[in-house]
Amino acid sequence: MPALVGTVSLALALALALYGGIAPIVGVKTGRPRVIESARTAAFSLFALVVVANLAMLAALLSDDFTLRYVATNSSTSTPTFFKVLALWSADEGSLLLWNLVLGGYLAAVAFRFRRRRPEAFPWAFAVLFGVSAFYLLLVLGPTTPFETLATPPPDGRGPLPLLQNHPLMAAHPPFLYLGFIGFTVPFAFGIAALATGRVSDAWIRITRRWTIAAWIFLTIGLVLGALWSYGVLGWGGYWAWDPVENVALLPWLTGTAFLHSVMVQERRGMLKVWNLSLIVGTFALTVLGTFLTRGSILSSVHTFAQSLVGPLYLAFLTVVLLGGFGLIAWRREALRVETSFDTPLSRESVFLGNNVLLLVLTLTVLVGTIYPLLAEAVSGGKVSVGAPFFNRNAAPVALLLLFLMGIGPLLPWRAASLSAVLRRLQGPAWAAAIAAAVLALGGSGTAAVVVFGLAAFVATATLSEMARGVRAQRRALGGSWSSATRGAIARNHRLYGGLVVHLGLIVAVVGVSWVSLSDRSSELAIGRGERVSVEGYELRLDGISSRVEPHRRVIVADVTVFDAGGGEEVVRLHPSLNLYPGSSEPIGTPSIRVGTPLNGLSDLYLSLVSVDAQGAAFRFFVNPGVGLLWLGGAVMALGGVVAAWPTRSRPARALTPVEVEDRREEVSV
Amino acid sequence: MRLDAPERPETREADAPRRSRWRTVVLVSVPLAAFALLLATSLGRDPRALPSELVGEPAPVFALPNLEGGGTVDMADLRGRVVVVNFWASWCQECRDEHPALDAAWDRYRERGVVVVGVLFEDTVEDGLAFADELATDWPLVDDPGSRTAIAYGVFGVPETFVISPDGIVTAKRVGPVDYTWLTTEIEDALRTPEAA
Amino acid sequence: MSGRVRLWLLLGAAVAVVVLAVTLASGRGSDGGTLDDRVQDVASGLRCPVCQNLSVADSPSALAREMRSEIASRLDAGDTPEEVRGFFVERYGEWVLLAPTREGLNLLPWLVPVAGLLLGVGVWAMLVRRRWPPETEAPTSAERRRIEAELDALEEPG
Repeated sequence: MPALVGTVSLALALALALYGGIAPIVGVKTGRPRVIESARTAAFSLFALVVVANLAMLAALLSDDFTLRYVATNSSTSTPTFFKVLALWSADEGSLLLWNLVLGGYLAAVAFRFRRRRPEAFPWAFAVLFGVSAFYLLLVLGPTTPFETLATPPPDGRGPLPLLQNHPLMAAHPPFLYLGFIGFTVPFAFGIAALATGRVSDAWIRITRRWTIAAWIFLTIGLVLGALWSYGVLGWGGYWAWDPVENVALLPWLTGTAFLHSVMVQERRGMLKVWNLSLIVGTFALTVLGTFLTRGSILSSVHTFAQSLVGPLYLAFLTVVLLGGFGLIAWRREALRVETSFDTPLSRESVFLGNNVLLLVLTLTVLVGTIYPLLAEAVSGGKVSVGAPFFNRNAAPVALLLLFLMGIGPLLPWRAASLSAVLRRLQGPAWAAAIAAAVLALGGSGTAAVVVFGLAAFVATATLSEMARGVRAQRRALGGSWSSATRGAIARNHRLYGGLVVHLGLIVAVVGVSWVSLSDRSSELAIGRGERVSVEGYELRLDGISSRVEPHRRVIVADVTVFDAGGGEEVVRLHPSLNLYPGSSEPIGTPSIRVGTPLNGLSDLYLSLVSVDAQGAAFRFFVNPGVGLLWLGGAVMALGGVVAAWPTRSRPARALTPVEVEDRREEVSV
Repeated sequence: MRLDAPERPETREADAPRRSRWRTVVLVSVPLAAFALLLATSLGRDPRALPSELVGEPAPVFALPNLEGGGTVDMADLRGRVVVVNFWASWCQECRDEHPALDAAWDRYRERGVVVVGVLFEDTVEDGLAFADELATDWPLVDDPGSRTAIAYGVFGVPETFVISPDGIVTAKRVGPVDYTWLTTEIEDALRTPEAA
Repeated sequence: MSGRVRLWLLLGAAVAVVVLAVTLASGRGSDGGTLDDRVQDVASGLRCPVCQNLSVADSPSALAREMRSEIASRLDAGDTPEEVRGFFVERYGEWVLLAPTREGLNLLPWLVPVAGLLLGVGVWAMLVRRRWPPETEAPTSAERRRIEAELDALEEPG
């Protein structure tokens, strides 16, 4: 029954998608607006149908309907209800169902948003969105269908993969990632529409600005949640392994960030049109590349789903996107020419261009590193690996340069700046950097720490001083209290302050990442029952080992008390565990973590249980400083994005904010 | 007075002549098509299949303790005979699947001096013995403390099987469960190699 | 020195310092350190055969632990890190190295990022290299007063 409901609703949705891919264009060409309106209805219906399909699968999972192969392979009677729900997107076919749900949701949202006023290119953009939906619906209906039935249903299911039912974070990580990836389809569609109609001015950017920021926010959250899952669940003590699927999720984030910056240059100066269109086509193409590499089972990774035959389909779609998108840009090249140019290296546009260049170099580095094993195998037949040492080595210098630009960018005005004005604004941050560097160097830190944290101090000070400058100018111009001046300054320019908050968040995250990378306090140790062992400045005592049986697994828990080596007081009790799932060869360890807060030196105490025997147990113990800053930084970045996208009340007649007026005065009086 | 650039009107600007436009399109499409072609080469390949490094090389020697009854199995003693080294574990489903094939090959070739040696991988001796008793394994089974031998053979997981000729060279390697046909073909091949002087 | 030259020197110096510092920092010599450190060094460059993309140093799996002890005993016996790596490459193939060697085709992934950076900086410099300093004179006092007046008008609460 669920299979029938699911398949029929998906088939109807596909039919609507095909209709929607053609109808708006027909409506435009033949001058019949009713046809375009019918496409909007089709969008809402398509979304409703995909919701029905998802609910059908959900019902099958919750009712242990093992006639569906997907339910039999990914759920079981002993799976807890929460994880049965998660099973909807924990494997290839089901997650594709979720993908279509999100895509349908965006389609409906676009139909809703443009119900009254809409740009001329809307029908074309709408058609593109339907086209993309049609492809993913085709996949979930055909080769990757979750509604395949079994002739003889087994008595019980196999249950989800052990790693995927170990932790509730599985709930949030994929949906946020999908909301991010798929969100970029909207600006892509409007960019293609602009190219198709030849109306390649800035309208498409302005219209889709909030959609792009929203997609970026979701993708940022999704990536940070992935790192959090890797850290808190996988038990190896790290949060990013440069796994191929992690990398392909990062790529659209890099180009999307570049895009968010360079569109500001286009809005202000009318430049970089070809660049921006290429960036959005590239970003969308990278999300398609991501689905190809993850689901076409091309690369070996934690995430790759089982072997499937859909590789050629994904590749064909990717090729269409690449050739179609870049082909259109090449076709309209003349129409995209501009006469304006950059004035000077010392302007915000130039720094934004630099930001773009560096982000694209990072993208190229990660892409080459991820794809190279394919090239090597194609050429010589041998397999090579490209892993963390390569990426860390190549990405670090570029990332540092990027941070530097992030610091000075907001200090420079648009169009041009006088060198002396810039140097004046750089003084504070430069002093902060010098002091931080000196303190660290005198404290015995290595070169890397001095450079990174000095740079971080520079950027943080520069960013905060920019925020303060705006608030001060607001107060000078309009009076009032500090808090009202702050609110007023932010309200006048959401984009700027949101962006500055994002920069602050990124700096916090970078400090966290660098701190934990530069310190290396981890040990493997065996502790006998009741024994007390000294390690990394702490003492660990194994109090006991217990085991319990749960419906879907057997859990062995080690109870460990951690003492401070110096004073001997008890710091925390940790309970790392090993989870044994039936049919799995190695147990999955769940680490036990004492989270670092400012009160305890910001160090995570991370203990994972490796093995257990008659005498005691073997552990890995990490002291990880600063990891919490990564999560905090991620949250601040998301918050900054929300501020940047916040709708502004209509601006008063004045064109400049108080701080901009002061800047002009300064320029003139020099 | 606005100090920013004025709003640019939506105009349809003149396009270049068709021929030069097509040229730009082709120029852009070529590297993209090449990229897609590169990705296409990876289709249909198993990302987990890794080439066999040891084939054609001398087999790493080992002397490992029997799972039960004491004593060791020493490769040096087995020189001059075809040896099939099979890495296995009790928790491994595919090891179960391939057991009949190994059993049949063992029965067929033991008179001709071929010996199958099962090396336990990442497992406890009790679990290994239980598995062996259950399946009535009657060829020599050894333990590999510290997985030194597994590492020496470059083992990724189980089951993995190596066929070694009488002069101590690895003639074949199989990652994953073996079947009877593969075993007999490789054993026959190994039996035909002339013994080193 | 003209403003332009000063500016480019400033930028160039800043970039050079950063890049130099990072390259120095990341190219730590593995000559000394305890046995544990040296094992960590070698292990973090090898790929764990039974995990997905983790290094032998990071992996919690049993085989990785045994590989680490194998590395330790070999280093202790006097093998150089290259020899230990070579031991594993002989058995598992080049695949077991987490960063490709710098020979032959494998040079490509190492060169592309550097080439990309140089190319990118070149493109940036080309696009941005315009008139500098701007060929405007300082405003006259009359012009200055007029500008001030207009700015004041903007500041009046609308």
